[in-house]
Amino acid sequence: MTTLENVELNEEGFIVNAADWTEELAGALAEKEGIALTDAHWTIINFCREKAVDSGAAPTLRQISKGAGVTTKDLFKLFPKGPAKKVAKISGLGKPEGCV
Amino acid sequence: MKTFLILGAGTGGTMVANKMAEILDPQEWRIIIVDKDETHYYQPGFLFIPFGTYSPADVVKPKRNFLPPQVDVIFSDIELIEPEKSRVKLSKDKKIINYDYLVIATGSDIHPEETPGLDDEAAWLKNVFPFYTLEGATKLGNFLKFWKGGRMVLNVSEMPIKCPVAPLEFLFLADWFFHERGIRDKVEIVFATPLPGAFTKPRASAILGGMLNDKGINLQPDFNIMEVDHAKQAIRSYDEIDIDYDLLVTIPTNMGAEVIGNSGMGDELNFVPANKHTLQTDKWENVWIIGDAGNVPASKAGSVAHFMLDILIENIQRHMEGLEPLPEFDGHANCYIESGFEKGVLIDFNYEVEPLPGKYPLPGFGPFSLLKESYANHWGKMMFRWMYWNILLKGGEMPFESQMTMAGKWE
Repeated sequence: MTTLENVELNEEGFIVNAADWTEELAGALAEKEGIALTDAHWTIINFCREKAVDSGAAPTLRQISKGAGVTTKDLFKLFPKGPAKKVAKISGLGKPEGCV
Repeated sequence: MKTFLILGAGTGGTMVANKMAEILDPQEWRIIIVDKDETHYYQPGFLFIPFGTYSPADVVKPKRNFLPPQVDVIFSDIELIEPEKSRVKLSKDKKIINYDYLVIATGSDIHPEETPGLDDEAAWLKNVFPFYTLEGATKLGNFLKFWKGGRMVLNVSEMPIKCPVAPLEFLFLADWFFHERGIRDKVEIVFATPLPGAFTKPRASAILGGMLNDKGINLQPDFNIMEVDHAKQAIRSYDEIDIDYDLLVTIPTNMGAEVIGNSGMGDELNFVPANKHTLQTDKWENVWIIGDAGNVPASKAGSVAHFMLDILIENIQRHMEGLEPLPEFDGHANCYIESGFEKGVLIDFNYEVEPLPGKYPLPGFGPFSLLKESYANHWGKMMFRWMYWNILLKGGEMPFESQMTMAGKWE
């Protein structure tokens, strides 16, 4: 099984092989960011993973708040400092493409 | 008679009109370009206006001057695009244009109203200014001329923005300007950005961040603005951090044209989803994008529109012949970054390769130093305005390759 000890991460902490992602690993990655996952977190994570399947990229902050029906402010409470990047990391997706 | 329609006569649309006028048979095709504004703005020049280097007259010319005579130019707002019916409705005379091919070059614009309090009348253009519009840049120039100093905060609301290096250039030029005016010791400069560092790409971010530090500019990374409290003269982030200002220079949220949203063709920011390598829109095979109107994850800058041009034109011609478009666009961007004191830094990158140090070989002019300050880079930038008006817009040969090359770069 893939754990935080044996999963390959890039220099910014994103999973290199998307197939390595598991729900347990998400919990461990979140813990590394100082976040204990609740149902509210999982709603966002599931939304982002579905969105990424459709578009091939991790959603931006605007896409998450609009699509998952949660205010940006609440997103910052759930995933403090840069939520889009943190959710992408925990959800096993690449870096959101807003950063160009 | 078939119709080739271009929406938007800025950098991208003008280049496409010139190229297509050379290529398409006038017996068979008519080319129409639509824009709401008769004036062409040299947008990279806006940066220099607050510091008095350029005047407004240096950055405007009539759009008509850059379009070939055989192209029909219509100045009108666009009411609606109906890609399923291949037609566009204009506001002027309620005209309807049916097209065979459509290139969307409607660009992006700033939207201060997206951030609560930002465009509040009490402060907007009084001690809160954008420099991404000619009006904002000019009024900021008037303000700076008589400013005695205080805390200047530069804030980027959210990514993506047009020309992601422009905020850095503004900071470097401001540092120089306040030095020249003898008030640098009375000005505190703060850069509040939603990015984790000075720039979007790690190696350039480290080098440019070091330059900010050397110039005594205070970097506040991961700052996501929630609102402006103009009574308190502070910007507030979603995690409730306040940064006080005396002068706020803002790069508000950038969005694509409203008509894109109204026509149901855009994403959350009204950018048109398109294939990042072919520039064809995802949904409509006769609709294509150039420049910052699309959602492709390349820099939203004129140099990128220029690098898209040849690939876009080739792909449209291939499509006309029934061939598949080629996935040739690599996200190439090339930016001169003004760093003040008559120096500049050059960066060159694409989707895969971040800006690297080295030398940029430019036949006839170069080489220019990459990711390193030099006087030549500054003169490269100043020379570029001439090249823009006289060569680039008209679709002439520029000494730059569309695709990025690794020649001269150190890995």
